[in-house]
Amino acid sequence: MVIESLTKVVNGYGLVSGFAIIGATMWLSYWMSAKFTKGRLHGSAIAILIGLVLSYVGGVYTGGQKGLVDVPLLSGIGILGGAMLRDFAIIATGFGVDPKELRRAGISGVLALLIGVFASFAAGAGVAYAFGYTDAVSLTTIGAGAATYIVGPVTGAAIGATSEVIALSIAAGLIKAIVVMVATPFVAPMIGLNSPRSAVIFGGLMGTSSGVAGGLAATDERLVPYGCLTAAFYTALGCLLGPSLMFFLFRGLFG
Amino acid sequence: MIIYGVALLSICTLTGMFIGDMLGKMLGLTSNVGGVGIAMILLIWGGSYLTKRGLLSPKTGQGIEFWNAIYIPIVVAMAAQQNVVGALSGGPAAILAGLAAVSLGFALVPVLDRLGGRSEPLPPKESPKSESQDLNTASLSVSAQR
Repeated sequence: MVIESLTKVVNGYGLVSGFAIIGATMWLSYWMSAKFTKGRLHGSAIAILIGLVLSYVGGVYTGGQKGLVDVPLLSGIGILGGAMLRDFAIIATGFGVDPKELRRAGISGVLALLIGVFASFAAGAGVAYAFGYTDAVSLTTIGAGAATYIVGPVTGAAIGATSEVIALSIAAGLIKAIVVMVATPFVAPMIGLNSPRSAVIFGGLMGTSSGVAGGLAATDERLVPYGCLTAAFYTALGCLLGPSLMFFLFRGLFG
Repeated sequence: MIIYGVALLSICTLTGMFIGDMLGKMLGLTSNVGGVGIAMILLIWGGSYLTKRGLLSPKTGQGIEFWNAIYIPIVVAMAAQQNVVGALSGGPAAILAGLAAVSLGFALVPVLDRLGGRSEPLPPKESPKSESQDLNTASLSVSAQR
């Protein structure tokens, strides 16, 4: 009876349960940050890491594709971290940003976007080539996956890649998002990621919205709006260039 | 009223996503072209316009700041639903492709940053006693600096 009622409430009030669970995770993370790292490793970085680890555990446990959300009692986290509230909250971070700062970063942002898309395609295709893929379709698709896990399948489907290669491209994009989330706070001091302009450039170069959002939040949450602003255009640019310019380029190079 | 702020944020979000979707359709893409970015620009300009004219009361601002402050927990919830197992099961080729793209991206940040005029680093953060208060003072001190 107790279990039945509990399940009913937790499932029926999914979003509210999500707030409670994530709130508890945040508290634990900030406590761990202060207690064990003296605040050096930011609480939000620990929280994101816990989220990813739990997502792995959930994925292994359920065999599903959505990490922790596939665990029936925890599906409310899916509403909280879903696309609608995520975009809503990301847009809210723009409030209080100085328009002058934005205009100053404008051209660097566009340049970073273009270079970022090209660099990701080159890096992904380079690794694919080293692993024995030599046809233009596979190289372009895996390169596209190294851009983001959405550009990969969109490009692959458009140019007729095999499902194995498309799966590989999605995995490459997911790895990118995860690594950006986890590594950014550690790398940030080395690459001078501490100003609105460098955040705009960072967002344009990395492009993975979830990675940039998580990585910057764990570095310094004041940088979030600047990075997310440019990252928002990256996937579309990748989807635009992937099956067209990039594919022609690779076909010219590899026949 | 707090709802005015939430409504302003909602209108910016919907307008931005709508324009992004239309742009995507015009370019023949299935994806949304920069909807989030366009919505942010609308909010940044709209917000600063209304603030300058004194039309945005602190209460209205709170309606937006709540979502600003709840942003990190939402990112944590987002992290908890990534397909981590799927990512790792792609094998070394996928892992290396992802890593290579990230490393190249990190390496290019200082290169591009140096191309333009220097940008002031943000002032050091105060110790985060209360999250929302910290965010408020942070955004205030940023705008005061410029």
